[in-house]
Amino acid sequence: MSSNNKTLVQLNNAGFRQNGKWLVEGVSLKVEKGKIVTLIGPNGSGKSTTAKIALGIYKNIEGNVEKYTNKIGYVPQKISIDWTLPLRVYDFMLLTENINDDAIDEALNLTGVIHLKNKNLGNLSGGEFQRVLIARAISKKPELLVLDEPVQGVDYTGEIALYELIKKISDTLNCGILLISHDLHTVMTATDHVVCLNGHVCCSGSPLDVARNNEYKTLFGEQASQILSVYEHNHDHVHSDEGHIKKN
Amino acid sequence: MFDDFFIRALIAGIGIALVTGPLGCFVVWRRLSYFGDTLSHSALLGVTLAYSFELNIALSVFLISSAVALILIQLQKKTNLPGDALLGLLAHSSLAVGLVVIGFLTFIRFDIMGLLFGDILAVTTNDLIIIWLGGAIILLVLKLIWKPLFASTVNYELAEAEGLNPDRAKAAFTILMAAIIAISIKMVGLLLITGMLIIPAAMARNISDSPRKMVFFSVIGGLLSVIIGLFSSLEFNTASGPSIIAASLFLFILSLLKIKQSIQLKN
Repeated sequence: MSSNNKTLVQLNNAGFRQNGKWLVEGVSLKVEKGKIVTLIGPNGSGKSTTAKIALGIYKNIEGNVEKYTNKIGYVPQKISIDWTLPLRVYDFMLLTENINDDAIDEALNLTGVIHLKNKNLGNLSGGEFQRVLIARAISKKPELLVLDEPVQGVDYTGEIALYELIKKISDTLNCGILLISHDLHTVMTATDHVVCLNGHVCCSGSPLDVARNNEYKTLFGEQASQILSVYEHNHDHVHSDEGHIKKN
Repeated sequence: MFDDFFIRALIAGIGIALVTGPLGCFVVWRRLSYFGDTLSHSALLGVTLAYSFELNIALSVFLISSAVALILIQLQKKTNLPGDALLGLLAHSSLAVGLVVIGFLTFIRFDIMGLLFGDILAVTTNDLIIIWLGGAIILLVLKLIWKPLFASTVNYELAEAEGLNPDRAKAAFTILMAAIIAISIKMVGLLLITGMLIIPAAMARNISDSPRKMVFFSVIGGLLSVIIGLFSSLEFNTASGPSIIAASLFLFILSLLKIKQSIQLKN
């Protein structure tokens, strides 16, 4: 892991209120170069809102956001493409930046959907579309990747492969990643720092710290602690070093 | 071979079609056809003001349409009325006010039919300069805002998150809509301008599988509509606007055959 600790985005006590209701409040976190920060929490706990605050999509926020990069790749949680737009995967790859064909092919190859390059976006399955979304976000070689539930609709084996890919991207591009997941178990190996949200930050730390945390267990119930035992059993080759998880 | 007025109308029409092609694609993609209608209805008020104060018609229409667009944005923010109700309110009230003002301008002879449906006899050399110069500026601005406008049409949050500033592009596009209405009102007529924007783009959608192709076919469709429309207008002595729009409808119907064909191929 790189020792380059450049901060890419930092939230200071940030919150967002819509129609008088707080969607999330008091969130402080930072994403550094080469690090993966994961947001977890139940539905409606403000994960996507926090990501949108970090991205600057929400403007009238409490607290503040410091953004130190403009090279950003974003995989939103929900995206609906309109049928009135004739849009192929290829056109979609060029949506926010003009990248060359090699970069497009490379990204589509990495996520395993190169064969869909000339297909219409409307004809893809949920899992295929999700892979295209990830490919688009990484193809522009961003400094900061924000992935909101990036593997939804992808089958289980594909899910694991995609998280491995995300880990690999973080290492090769040395970019910072803000990852949102509802399932701590599947993202554990690919995470440096976990922030558990429930309208506010309920706990944060290394994946193991969070999994052991009582508030986390209350939020996610008994299953969460079972996952922890599975995790510790299956992954006893993983070492904790100054709060970071390293893989041999 | 042809009279000067007809050559002028042809040059004007080609200039307009080159601009309505790409602009019309965005009108279809962003579902703005009623917005276009509202702006063009308000253009009548612009025309009456032009006659009252001896202003240039295109300039006056451009200013009034831009003002109506601004009022619409404010009303959307400050009332709880749905967008289509606000559009209808502005479209019909500005048309009504325009017609009332015409009633007061008894000292000027108005060709209302010409205003509503276009008049090829009315195109002057001066208008040609406005159409081609104005059209070139519109296309240039559209090229500059293309990336953020297109990206935010596909997904607003993606465009915003990746730093493309979609709000600025949207505001610029609104101005472009007012501008195309201003330069094409004499030729197509204010009731039919939106048709010139939408129908060739809709035709192009039927035969395109990428945005670039759709823009290309939309321009081609607009050009063919203008040429066919103007020649039949000359031949049958019909108003230019309806003739052009009828020609574009004919092309749209042809494009439906292509859809039918590709569906049959799939089965």
